[in-house]
Amino acid sequence: MRFVDEFREPELISKTAEEIRRLAGTERHYRMMEVCGGHTHAIYRFGLKDILPENIELIHGPGCPVCVLPMGRIDDGLAIAQHPDVIFAAFGDMMRVPGTQGSPLEHKARGMDVRIVYSPSDALKLARLNPEKQVMFFAIGFETTAPSTALTIMRAKSEGIRNFSVFCNHVTIIPAIRAILDSPDMRLDAFIGPGHVSTVIGCRPYEWIAENERKPIVVSGFEPLDMLQAVVMLLRQLRAGEAKVENQYKRVVPWEGNRAALRAMAEVFQLRPYFEWRGLGFISQSALRVNDKYAEWDSEQRFEVPGIRVTDPKAAQCGEVLKGVLKPHQCKLFGRECTPEHPIGALMVSSEGSCAAYYSYEHRKAAMESSLIAIS
Amino acid sequence: MSDRAEAETSSANSVNSASGSEDEFAPIRFRDSQIEMAHGAGGKASRKLVEGLFAPLLFGASPGALGDAALVDINGARIAITADSFVVKPLRFPGGSIGELAVNGTVNDLAVSGAKAEALVVTYVLEAGLPTPILEAEVRAMAKAARAAGVRIAAGDTKVVEHGKADQMYVTTAGIGRPLHGVAIDPRSVRIGDRILLSGPIGDHGITILLARGELDLEADLRSDTRSVFPLVEALVRAAGPGIRWMRDPTRGGAATSLNELARDCGLGMVLFEDQIPVRDTVRGACELLGLDPLHIANEGQFLAVVSPEYADAAINALCLAPGGSEAQVIGEVRAQPAGTVLVTTLYGGSRIVDMLVGDPLPRIC
Repeated sequence: MRFVDEFREPELISKTAEEIRRLAGTERHYRMMEVCGGHTHAIYRFGLKDILPENIELIHGPGCPVCVLPMGRIDDGLAIAQHPDVIFAAFGDMMRVPGTQGSPLEHKARGMDVRIVYSPSDALKLARLNPEKQVMFFAIGFETTAPSTALTIMRAKSEGIRNFSVFCNHVTIIPAIRAILDSPDMRLDAFIGPGHVSTVIGCRPYEWIAENERKPIVVSGFEPLDMLQAVVMLLRQLRAGEAKVENQYKRVVPWEGNRAALRAMAEVFQLRPYFEWRGLGFISQSALRVNDKYAEWDSEQRFEVPGIRVTDPKAAQCGEVLKGVLKPHQCKLFGRECTPEHPIGALMVSSEGSCAAYYSYEHRKAAMESSLIAIS
Repeated sequence: MSDRAEAETSSANSVNSASGSEDEFAPIRFRDSQIEMAHGAGGKASRKLVEGLFAPLLFGASPGALGDAALVDINGARIAITADSFVVKPLRFPGGSIGELAVNGTVNDLAVSGAKAEALVVTYVLEAGLPTPILEAEVRAMAKAARAAGVRIAAGDTKVVEHGKADQMYVTTAGIGRPLHGVAIDPRSVRIGDRILLSGPIGDHGITILLARGELDLEADLRSDTRSVFPLVEALVRAAGPGIRWMRDPTRGGAATSLNELARDCGLGMVLFEDQIPVRDTVRGACELLGLDPLHIANEGQFLAVVSPEYADAAINALCLAPGGSEAQVIGEVRAQPAGTVLVTTLYGGSRIVDMLVGDPLPRIC
């Protein structure tokens, strides 16, 4: 398959892995954070840890929008959708994410009108087809998905579709990276920058990470070769004592971003003064809301929102895992109380969450290795 | 089945069941407060329901491994028996329809249990208001599929429910089959070094259904793989009967779920070679776009077999020569580790664990 197989070519991968081993040497340990949940998923899916030398440690970052969404927001959205006239529409990613009374899928099984959509415009289509209903699109995602939500709201306005609204949970990536860097227990050498987000925001917004924080960052694609090449580029910078923003994902990411997408976001959204992130707490100016010009299409202004706050159980150590202080399996709840079927913490809910990815793809392998060691 | 409620309940060992008096049921371990869609999706939740509730009450304390069909003795005659319900939306899709699925599904459950389907009974649950031409088309499809599979539809029953209480039509088929000579299917007979065979490309059915629902703006030239796999099973048994340890048709939950069940039942590791697993480019492409794993996608016309190493060549040759088997492949082997687990390895040295699906596969967007 074109545009995929070229980036999984075994010979190139082993050559790149060889180069990584050469650059990494053995003298020191490298800690690199992949910011994006898509990268976390790819690392496990392609088994990249098996390829990287032991002194390169990948730390899973905060870039999984489902994971960082507080449970109270899900409860708020589902509370609105309790009304029999409301259709709750969301991406498949959201469907198994638990609220206090269960996930959207569980609510659907109990009779709530819950629809899986593949884009916000599909939710708008639902509104056109069901004029007697109120369609609420439960929007999640970083700058990757925010522009399509913005364009859909603009279209609803221009077409005068009034039975459509957006429950906006869009968040922005830069404040999350800043929160990680500001954390006192942060020990990172470099960043693998998010690929999809950067197609929209470009590479400039990361310059402060290189200039002020002196951390190299390489924006990377999602195939095995992309990610290994990003590691090579980071190692070269680190060995040379440099800190630059580099773009490995040039075939998709323009340095200046996508201006049309950014314009649509600026037209429809405004920054919230602060927003709660699961595992990271409140971060100022880190999320978007629908601005007053489009208030009619804002679910939070159209409906009564209970404003539920749910704190994660104290034993869940999501924050530490998110900041890379702990590995998923070092959390007290991992694999016992907290599993993909019954997630307690944020990172176990989406397959892009580091705990869920680790659980699905890795933890029994780790158990196997330790049992082998015990035998030999 | 690619979607909606159904959970396999056939016990491969039900001959030994029904011991003890009425209040001596085995303990029920199923603790979920209500039935959710995931309980019918063929993955972990389905297994919990079957093993935790149905098996202890219906099959006794130690039902053994749960297979696709049960073998029962009647006055010394051994027959295979199974049943399957079909709830699919849309009723018709490229390459097939609910009627064909209902015949082939039960024929295949018997086939992978090492039996040739001899007779089926069919029950219809129909929604009032269902247009007759739709019903007629499905009954015709069943008749045609039964003829193609060489099986008789011997009896049936019909119920009609109020409009809105069912989705057009549901079909259940039950079948009895004659066990083939020279083959014994038992997950506990699987040994280290055995080879894992797959009869052809995976994911065609599940992705076809996903696209046929029209919710995605994706189009692809793809057809469901629904067919009777009995001719392939027969060819395999003839060539490698004594070497066959286990077979399964990986329907809902996909190949990953079937192999995880096997791994758990035999306590060994199933190691798959990713580059050997046949997947059509269209299926791969759809899976890449939607964030799905072909190993989790439903099939209706393929089967997996575990064969002892000395029979592996004969087995794969026989499959490849049989009509419709040219894409059969050895996709992996049984190893001691990782015990109870399915591990996929790649050509470039990476590996990953592939678990059972928790519920239906859901596309990832953000």
